[in-house]
Order: sequence, then structure tokens, then C-alpha cells
Amino acid sequence: MPERGEGTIVERPLRLDYDYTAGLAQSRFLKGIAQKKILGERCPKCGKVYVGSRGSCPTDGVATDGGEVDLPHKGTLTTFCVVNVPFAGQSVECPYASGYILLDGADIPLMGLIQEIPHDQVRMGLRVEAVWEDEVGPTLQSIKYWKPTGEPDADYETYKMHL
Amino acid sequence: MVLRATGKAGSPFAAVLGRRPVRTISASGAAAYLGEAMRDVAIVATAQSPALRKEERRNEVEILMPVIHELRENAKLDQDDIGFTVSGSCDYLQGQPFAFVTALDAIGPWPPIDESHVEMDGAWALYEAWVRLQHGDIDTALVYSFGKSSPGDIRRILTLQLDPYYLVPMWPDPVALAALQARALLESDGVSEKDMAEVVARSRKHAKDNPNAQLKGDVDVDQLLNEPMYLSPLRKHDCPPITDGAAAVILAAGDKAREITDRPAWIRGIDHRIEPHSLGVRDLTDSPSTRKAGEVAGVGSGKVDVAELYAPFSHQEIILRRALGLGDGVNVNPSGGALAANAVMVAGLLRVIEAAQRIMDGSADRAVAHATSGPALQQNLVAVLEGE
Amino acid sequence: MAERVAITGVGQTKYDTKRADVSIAGLCREAAVRALEDASVTWNDIDAVVIGKAPDMFEGVVMPELYLADAMGATGKPMMRVHTAGSVGGSTALVAAGLVKAGIHKRVLTMAFEKQSESDAMWALAMRIPFQPALVAGAGGYFAPHIRAYIRRSNAPDHIGILVAVKDRQNALKNPYAHLHLEDISYEKVAESMMIWDPLRYLESCPSSDGACAMVVAAEDSVSGDRAPAWFAGTAMRSEATQFAGRDQVNPQAGKDCAKEVYRQAGISDPRREIDAAEIYVPFSWYEPMWMENLFFAPEGEGWKMTDSGATAIDGDMPINPSGGVLSSNPIGASGMIRYAEAAMQIRGQAGEHQIDGVRTAMGHAYGGGAQFYSMCILTKDKP
Ligand SMILES: [Zn+2]
Repeated sequence: MPERGEGTIVERPLRLDYDYTAGLAQSRFLKGIAQKKILGERCPKCGKVYVGSRGSCPTDGVATDGGEVDLPHKGTLTTFCVVNVPFAGQSVECPYASGYILLDGADIPLMGLIQEIPHDQVRMGLRVEAVWEDEVGPTLQSIKYWKPTGEPDADYETYKMHL
Repeated sequence: MVLRATGKAGSPFAAVLGRRPVRTISASGAAAYLGEAMRDVAIVATAQSPALRKEERRNEVEILMPVIHELRENAKLDQDDIGFTVSGSCDYLQGQPFAFVTALDAIGPWPPIDESHVEMDGAWALYEAWVRLQHGDIDTALVYSFGKSSPGDIRRILTLQLDPYYLVPMWPDPVALAALQARALLESDGVSEKDMAEVVARSRKHAKDNPNAQLKGDVDVDQLLNEPMYLSPLRKHDCPPITDGAAAVILAAGDKAREITDRPAWIRGIDHRIEPHSLGVRDLTDSPSTRKAGEVAGVGSGKVDVAELYAPFSHQEIILRRALGLGDGVNVNPSGGALAANAVMVAGLLRVIEAAQRIMDGSADRAVAHATSGPALQQNLVAVLEGE
Repeated sequence: MAERVAITGVGQTKYDTKRADVSIAGLCREAAVRALEDASVTWNDIDAVVIGKAPDMFEGVVMPELYLADAMGATGKPMMRVHTAGSVGGSTALVAAGLVKAGIHKRVLTMAFEKQSESDAMWALAMRIPFQPALVAGAGGYFAPHIRAYIRRSNAPDHIGILVAVKDRQNALKNPYAHLHLEDISYEKVAESMMIWDPLRYLESCPSSDGACAMVVAAEDSVSGDRAPAWFAGTAMRSEATQFAGRDQVNPQAGKDCAKEVYRQAGISDPRREIDAAEIYVPFSWYEPMWMENLFFAPEGEGWKMTDSGATAIDGDMPINPSGGVLSSNPIGASGMIRYAEAAMQIRGQAGEHQIDGVRTAMGHAYGGGAQFYSMCILTKDKP
């Protein structure tokens, strides 16, 4: 291998600003959140209930406009990870547990923060419910975190097809 | 099945195989084109979204979905009938890494599909699909492209295409580089600002017939010349508008194409070439990469009825016409071209679509489509389309 | 049948956290020149150039094929740029091979790179989408929950991930190009390293590397060089959506479909017996047993037994990642192409200290995104 000299790296920060378009489906979802509602949308083709979709049922490629479903704020933690090291742009302090919460009646999980339980007790199948911020707005940050409901854990068979 | 004939295109062997030899790619340097008998591939269906200055209601998936639905309906095909899917887009337009990933949700890729993506204009995605169809194991391909130029500052974003060490620190944006090119052209031979204004006036006039165009109307050349300079020698109307949009096509091979539509737009030749990045080593008044691609695609081997050229700036159309040897009898940019609507990453594919449409509706028998990428026409693609 | 395609040259750079000694173009050129030399061809012998890399945000250069045209010897030629997320290195090679297979070109140079030190990969990966909190901590944070699901589903013992990490890092010591050369790597070292994304430890995760990999692919009548080529006996890409109702994220269908297709093309019915070595995209330790199942090397739920029994070791019956793999070098956009190049090197007998004896059939594998994009190849010593 050729000998490697030392180079110089000059920092050249650059900034680009963007207007973000949530889109029709996500706007409907976020407006629901602003009213403390978690609105799912049914795919008119396969009937699956999507939550916070980008606008389409990804398997059918059609808009999820087959009917609104007002979902309960309760569900099952299908799987999770405990993050021990901070990363750029992070919105919570380490360590924290985040995971996929499958709301009762939904067919796709939501990502959420799991609290009010020690990290080493967080487990797959844990039943959790949403804890809302006092002030809610059209952002998922309106859900502060998810806490255990105290119900018995969900049977693995009931959520294994969502892993 | 790819059948190969040795010798030049049009050799008896190729004729015996019953396939029209498509002029393709030469090797590097002086070698002539290989003269393969390529598989006949045609554009059989197209669809496009309206061109909007700022689509604030729908995200990329939602812009794309109706386009894909219309496209498949036009071809009477489901996604399951598609052999290969490929798209062209740019993460930076959306300001998110992997922006193309969620766009795939608009397709409904289930069961899993044979799929690829180029971080290039959709015209190059179409090229990849054409190549894939040459392999002979599939008969159909779906190509799509999307791009919202409005969410970020498109001029700053495209500046980041430049050499990061030597050029970007000076922030010469694409309009400034185009102005540099326009100046070089005006200072060369026989091109005037009036010629540029005429390109604009014709674009606006043609766009009147294009329901998807953004800028259209009857404008007077003298009026245009009275407008103030923007980035001299460019006036604002010499530059493209900012556009959000999406487009898609279906390609099919041989009899499958004839099955889908009565009059497919056959791709008789397609090629693309790139030039040096450094502007200092290029003759900006010429487009040798377009000329070369045009030669390989076979532009000159027949009469051209229609040409759709991706010239985002008025003077570039003049350069491209010369490079492709397009005379006065050619109807250039009947859609209005990129001066009428310019969804970055989509506009090149749209030129192919607009050219193909004119073959498919019978208003033209032979059409040339062109796409470009990079500052001041650095990279160019040329396709020749014909009816049967 | 379409044209036969062979890999006639491979070139890699030394992978490192920061290659401050070269520009982006210099890095890419380093790999490209080595590939040309290996194939005994010059720039003039190349008909077209196909490059690939993961998101442009990793370097802050938009569509870098434009800037790299000169350095890649592409001026006056066709040049393409592929981007299929983490699988891109593999897909890029397949697009290049596809041009030759179609009979369009005789020799194509393909190159994939990432120079993550010129930006911040963790920053570039953080989506920062408004209206939602940032909870996913990079790629590790994304894949960790799926690894947990695999462990639950297969009842795999906890130490499997550690075994993979130790094995790949030991293999890397035999590979001069590898980024990480951890001389004192041991089971204890990995086990005691920090649990970053529980259940993933620091030493079970890939590094962030600068690097490039290039290959020359050629048609049958244009094979060159002193060394016998590696032939493509099968090539396939498959994609599914990132998230959908009922998606199997542990053993994704797109991966299974892709594997079935390359095996079908290569005439392979028993991959574990018929494939002599495989370079598989394993950025996090547990993905080795997961992919063993996805690629049908092991029955579902039993991939971890291959790791546990030593079958995937360099002297095992199914050597996986003798180069040290993605766990030892991860220039993201190039990582997939490195898998193909290393598989080709095994076929061509040029893998040096990590060469496995008598490799006649090898597999290259890449995946990307949220494990929904796949690109795979089967390479053979014998002409297919
Ligand atoms: Zn559906």
C-alpha cells in the first residue's frame, strides 16, 4: 500500500432549510393527536388499520382512506431497545427504552418511549398506555411516553406476527 | 433473449433475426458501435402529475400514487404483471436521507419486487429499465420519478452538485453557471438575445396546449427583450420555473408491447454520455456529450418530426439543437419544455414521455427525447423513438 | 441466455475512520486504479462507469457522479449512479453487470464508496422529521428491537452475538484492508464492551469507515488479466416496503425471495452444501444467524446453531465473512460491493491470509434500508 500522507480537513458547515409537507394522511393523523385522539385509517383494499401512515397502504399502494378508526390509547409493546448512548438530534435523555407499540385494533405499531418502569423490567408483550402532555398539539411529542397498564402481559401468539 | 449479430447494424444477419438493430453504445475511444441486435422495447403507457409551483397538501407518496394508478390503468397491468421497477429521485430535494425508500410505498411492493433506484433524473431510470429488458427474462418494466423542488432552496441544493473542494466554497449556483454559458454562446457566433427570447416565446405558446404546464401564454419577443436582466445575460424568463411533480412510464418488449397498445413508441436507440466536471476544460457553447449520445442513438439516420429537449435555460435549447443537428423542420418542445415546468429529477423523464406521447397518438412517426443532468449540460441522454 | 459476465478485477482501499490523506475523488480513484491493474486493463478499455453510494448527505455532495466523472475516467462515456440504501454496493455491481449481460458494453468499471468522515453519518441518518420525537438512535437503534425479536423467536442463547463479533474481528486480522484490527479481541472484551443499544454491545456493531471498492466486469470475449475471473452465475435484487401490517422484520420475505432467485439461476438446491464461502452483510453481530435462516443455510430458528458450532468460522463448513465483514469495515455505500469483491477474491484465490481452500462457488450479499432491499450474487470459478 502506498505511503499515506497527512491531509487537512477544513470545516465547511452548510445550512439548508426545508418546508416539510406532512401530506393529507399524516395531517389528518396529527390533527387527531392535537385533540388527544389516535386516529387509524383503514386500507380500502386489505382492511388493515394503519396509524400515522405516509398516505398509502404499503402493500396495496392505495390511499388509506377506507375509514377512520378512533383507536384506544392502549396497546402491546411488541419489541424494544434500550438506548444507552446519546446520538445527534436526540430528543430524550439516556438511557431510555423505546419500542414498537401495537395499539389494540391497529395493524401497524407506533414508535414510543417506555417509562414509569425500570429499564431492566421492560419486556416484550408488556401492556402499555399513553401518557399525554398537558398541552397537546399536532405532533407526536404530545404523547409524553407510554407506561405499563398493570394488565398481564400479552400472549406472544397475539403479537408475534407483528415482529 | 438477446440475439447478437456480429458486424454493423443493418447487417443481413440482424435482418434475418427479424429484429431491428438498435444502435447502442460504442466502446471508448474510436471504436464504432457494437452493432448488437437489441431486443425491441417500447414505451406503452405514460402518466404525469400536474406541474405545481408548490404542492403543500400532498407529500411525495401522495403525489406519486395517482400517477402510478393512472399509469397502470392505461396499460391495464397490475404491479404483479411488472417485471422490473426502477425510479429516479434525489434525497436532497426532500432534505432526508433515503427519501426514495418511502416513495416505494406508492407502488405497493408486495409480494416483494425486482426493484432498483438511481440518484439521477428519471430518464436514467428509464435507461436502466431498457437495459434490464434486454436480459430477456422479463417483458415489462415500470419507471417512475418524483421531485419537489419547492421545499428547499433548489439553487443552493444544486450548487452542492459541484466539486466540494474547489467550487462549492464560492457557491456558484446553477443559474450563475448557466449565465456563464449563455455569455459564452452570445459572444461566439451568430446567437443573439433575440434568439433566446424566441425560444421562450415558443415555449410559452406550445405550453398552452399542455394541461400539465405551469407557465404558458402568448408573449411577444420584443416584450421579453424589454424585461430587466436577472443574472446577465439571462432574464428571468430564460430560466426555468420551480416545480413539484412526478411522472411514470411502462416499458414493454416485443409482442407484449403490441398487446398493451396499438401504437407503442419503440425505443430505436438510447445512449448517454458525461463530460468533464471542470467547466474550464469544456467548450460551453457546444454539447459534445449530446452529440455523441445522439450519434449512438441514431438521431441522424432519419427525419425527426418532434424533439423534446431538456433545456432548463433558453440558450441551452440552441446548443442542443445544434449538437443534435435538428433543423427548422423539427417541432421542438411541443410540450413547452422545461421553461414551462421543471420538476427537477422528473423533467428529463418527462421529455421522453412527451416525445413518446406524440408517437403513441400518431401525430409523429419519429421523435427525439433528451435529458440533462449537472451544471451547464454536463451529462446528457438521447433517445430516438419511432412508431411502427 | 444473455451474455455471460465475469469479474476480472477488484480493487479496495484501506478502510479507516478518517482517510484525511485523500479527497473523495482520490479515495475513489485508489480503488478504481487497483481494479484496473488487477484486470490488466487501462482506462481506455473501459466502456462505461457505474458508481454507487448511500445517501449524498454522508459527504454533502449532491449526485457526486457529476463531480467524480473526471476522476473515474468517465468523460465521453456513459456514467450512472445507483442508490438503493445499504444494499447499494451490491446493486451498483449488478447494474454494471447488467450492462454487459445485455450485450451493450464489453467492460464496465463499477465503484462504490463512502467517505463518512467528511460529514457526520449519525447526523445524516437522523431523519429530523417534524411532528415526531427523534427516538431511533441511528442504525443500531433501528435494528436492535428486531434482533431482540429474533432472540425471542429462536430462543437463541445470549452469547451468539458475541461469538459472531469475535469471529469477524479475528478474521479481519488476516485482511490488510480491514478498518478494525483489534489484536487483543476476545470473548471477554466483547462481552464487557458497553451495551449501546440493548441487546447490542459496542463491539457487536460496525464501525463508521471511509473507503471505496471497485471492480471491472467484462463480457466473455473481453476477459483479461493474469488471474482467472469469477463468473456471475446468479444475480438478483428484491425489495419490499419498510413497514407494513404483518411484515416479518426478522426474516423478511424480500430476502428469502432474492435468495431463492439467485439459487435458481445458479442451479443451487442445497446452499449450505453447494456454496463454499459467503460474504454476507452483517453490520450487527446477530444478523449473521438471522441471515443464515433468511438465506436457507439453516432451518428457521436454527441459524444461531451454525454460529455456535463454529460452522461459520473461517475453518468451518460454511465460512461466513472470512474478510472480517461489515463488522470490521463499513464504508456504507461500498460495504455491499466489498462483499461481492471479497467473494470474487475467494473464487480467484487472491484473498491472501483469509483465503479458503478450493472455493468454487461463493455468495455475495447486501441488504439495505430497514432490511427491505436485497442484492445478491452467486459467483463461480467455472463458466456458468
Ligand atoms: Zn392494503
